[in-house]
Amino acid sequence: MEPPILEMRQITKEFPGVRALDNVTFSVKRGEIHCLVGENGAGKSTLMKVLSGVYPYGSYSGEILIDGQPQRFFGIADSERVGIGIIYQELALVPELTVYENIFLGHEISRNGVIDWNETIRRADEMLRKVRLNVNPAAKIRDLGVGKQQLVEIAKALSREVKLLILDEPTAALNENDSENLLHLLRELRDHGVTCILISHKLKEVLSVADTVTVLRDGKTVCTLDAHKGEVSEQALIRNMVGREITNIYPPRNHQISDEVMLELRNWTVYSPELGRYLLRDVNLQVRKGEIVGLAGLMGAGRTELALSLFGNAPAYRISGELWLKGRKHTFHHPREAIAAGLAYVSEDRKAKGLVLIQDVRQNITLANLQALAKNGVIDRNAEIQVAEGYRKSLNIKTPTIEQQVVNLSGGNQQKVCLGKWLFVRPDVLILDEPTRGIDVGAKYEIYQLMNRLVEEGMSIIMISSELPEVLGMSDRIYVVSGGRIKGELPVAAATQEKIMELAVDY
Amino acid sequence: MTTQAAFVTNLQRALGQNIRQYGMFIALFVIMIIFSITTNGIFISSRNLSNLINQTGYIAVLAVGMTLVIVIRHIDLSVGFLAGFLGAVAAIALRFWDLPTIVVVPMVLVLGGLAGLLTAFPVAELKIPSFVASLAGWLIYRGALQLVTAGTGTIIIDDETFNAIGNGFIPDVAFSIVPGYHTLTLLLGVLAIVAFVISEIRSRNKKLAYNFEVLPTDMFVLKLVFISALIGLLAWIMAGYNGLSWTMVIVLVVVAIYHFITTQTVLGRHIYAVGGNPEAAELSGISVKRITYIVFASMGVLSALSGILFASRLRSATTTAGTLFELDAIAAAYIGGVSAAGGVGNVIGSIIGALVYVSLTSGMNLMGIDIAYQYIVRGLVLVAAVVFDVTTRRRGRAG
Repeated sequence: MEPPILEMRQITKEFPGVRALDNVTFSVKRGEIHCLVGENGAGKSTLMKVLSGVYPYGSYSGEILIDGQPQRFFGIADSERVGIGIIYQELALVPELTVYENIFLGHEISRNGVIDWNETIRRADEMLRKVRLNVNPAAKIRDLGVGKQQLVEIAKALSREVKLLILDEPTAALNENDSENLLHLLRELRDHGVTCILISHKLKEVLSVADTVTVLRDGKTVCTLDAHKGEVSEQALIRNMVGREITNIYPPRNHQISDEVMLELRNWTVYSPELGRYLLRDVNLQVRKGEIVGLAGLMGAGRTELALSLFGNAPAYRISGELWLKGRKHTFHHPREAIAAGLAYVSEDRKAKGLVLIQDVRQNITLANLQALAKNGVIDRNAEIQVAEGYRKSLNIKTPTIEQQVVNLSGGNQQKVCLGKWLFVRPDVLILDEPTRGIDVGAKYEIYQLMNRLVEEGMSIIMISSELPEVLGMSDRIYVVSGGRIKGELPVAAATQEKIMELAVDY
Repeated sequence: MTTQAAFVTNLQRALGQNIRQYGMFIALFVIMIIFSITTNGIFISSRNLSNLINQTGYIAVLAVGMTLVIVIRHIDLSVGFLAGFLGAVAAIALRFWDLPTIVVVPMVLVLGGLAGLLTAFPVAELKIPSFVASLAGWLIYRGALQLVTAGTGTIIIDDETFNAIGNGFIPDVAFSIVPGYHTLTLLLGVLAIVAFVISEIRSRNKKLAYNFEVLPTDMFVLKLVFISALIGLLAWIMAGYNGLSWTMVIVLVVVAIYHFITTQTVLGRHIYAVGGNPEAAELSGISVKRITYIVFASMGVLSALSGILFASRLRSATTTAGTLFELDAIAAAYIGGVSAAGGVGNVIGSIIGALVYVSLTSGMNLMGIDIAYQYIVRGLVLVAAVVFDVTTRRRGRAG
């Protein structure tokens, strides 16, 4: 029997403190569309990075075989040489260059270092016909829509005679029409002998194109299902994707949710002129005093955009709808106004958007509310030290001194510094965006305890989380966001991982 | 452990933690000692040092403003010719409009602030790189300077009040303590030492009352003695030759104000936060735009001050005034430890940087070294300073 085009055996990849892939086995037959599904953080992207050589041979354990031959990839160039092409979610095109320049970028058709432009354009035209993209090869990438850019990426891969094409969430940013085209193209490529691996959250898509589906969960292979034997169904996929053990790591709380509505959104709609699409449509939600509201959904569903737009940090978006806070209607043009009105937002990306890494713990904690420590614009240094020391103790921030630069702290302690900063503004409504991403179990538990304490004191919390057990373990009420819309509202008692996932994958 | 051993450990710890800060001072001392030896003591003479500090004035004030501009990840190339142009405006106002100095100086400072806001506009509103926006300013002010001096050529300033800014010294008191020395300068030096010691002790006592960590007593005393000696030495040298100049007074006031703003105020903290991480600053409620306007406006005001100091020192406005000031100021700021990555650098460092830079020029001039070699040496010192800064910072981070 002919060997599979790709076999990955017992792949294990560890990052400090996390085992991202745990003994994963993954096998792809020649000429099939093989879908790879799983929750956020299940290990799909890590697996593909191992395959493409982004994580070089030696940084993981296990074996990769192409056509039955063992391979050692030390970089992307090595995997390209054997015919593997990978297209990431964030497209790797140069916007200011033309379509044909992009297609042959890094593999220019040249003689003695001089590019043969005529041949380049002729070949580019050929590739564009293969992906059925009708654009002028001399057009600049930035003038094309995302759907067409995606096709240029595929043309680029085809120009390198790729045998195994990997697409990481190719339709995440596409509208329905473009998605349909893309899926059609994948089927055509398969019929011409190109094997495809498709990573997707959209189960309908998976159901319509997959020959085989492999489900990953928590860095492990759960199962591989054959569509032609009728093993693939939406229920089967969801059942295998979720089902993570909800261990008892969520501390119980003892709080009263009052009827008072603290924050309300009415028909909140956010349009991005830059992307040319709606990021959020007709979102209606309410948060009551003393309540933790979970916003569940998959990556790219629009939850972070929701938080940023209501926090006043969306200069590039056009927003309509109403935001009510404590019974008053607001329009925030800058986070400063949102903070003054009683909102706080803890970003999901603490290093890029949350902390000033080169400053110390003290300066970071007081940054958002320095006015409270100042008289006539002059900071009372001693009061500031007291405040920072106070949060260091109450949040159990592990640092030798508050004069330590936060860049030197662990992820969990950095997150506590972020929390300290936002607690110091004394908000009424605290928005936590992925509050426990990338931090260890101990720090997680402390953050959960803190959240409980805060709602017991009457604060309201909106928690954006991609971890279903966390959403179920911590929320009082859950909204499921998908494709920029609220797909459902569930009281926690009625919610299960399966129900949430069903709503989350419903585009 | 014996007290002596404890003292050494304390000293090592204090120096180790602040090697970057002290490195600048050490470099300045080394350069001064080398030049003192090679010029047979002429370099260290009161007269030469007084001149040197007066020459540093118009670069020093630019370096102070440039520090903040670089801290918020921008650059301002327009400051040299803006200084030259505004110096010419001052000269015209004094000479042809017959305005008094007391009117001209504030007017020119305000014009400088407006020019800074103008440079900031495309940067803050349209996200135009400041390199380009200020390069446009460089061209425009260069043209403007030539335009206003086109008819007259060099404009001689005959207003003695104005010329005193760059050439005059503070008056002396009627009595004398040390014969041949400027008495008021000595008294001011003593006053500065007393004020410094009192404020340090008070701040330490306040910290102790809060139970905060403070320097060990021996280190604290050492610090007091060291800095007091430094102030005393400076006052002694200045008093040996005409006393404190008005330029020095102005630079000291500017440094004091900027040092206070950057270390003690909300505004200062916001500037450094914007430089360290603009996105995090914005999400923390700080308007990056507003900070950009403020920092460029301050740069404009200091450019105007630099122009005034320069025109006053030359007692005239020339058609080429301000040429390359911007690059000298940028070099001084980098020697003084600012980082182009943003959020790092301080005003005192930049002043020391400016002193290092001007000392090199002055010392090499005294030695009669060819100007061609002078540029090469200055270039090497700039690279060495930045390499030292980057490597010690990396070590500091690892530790």
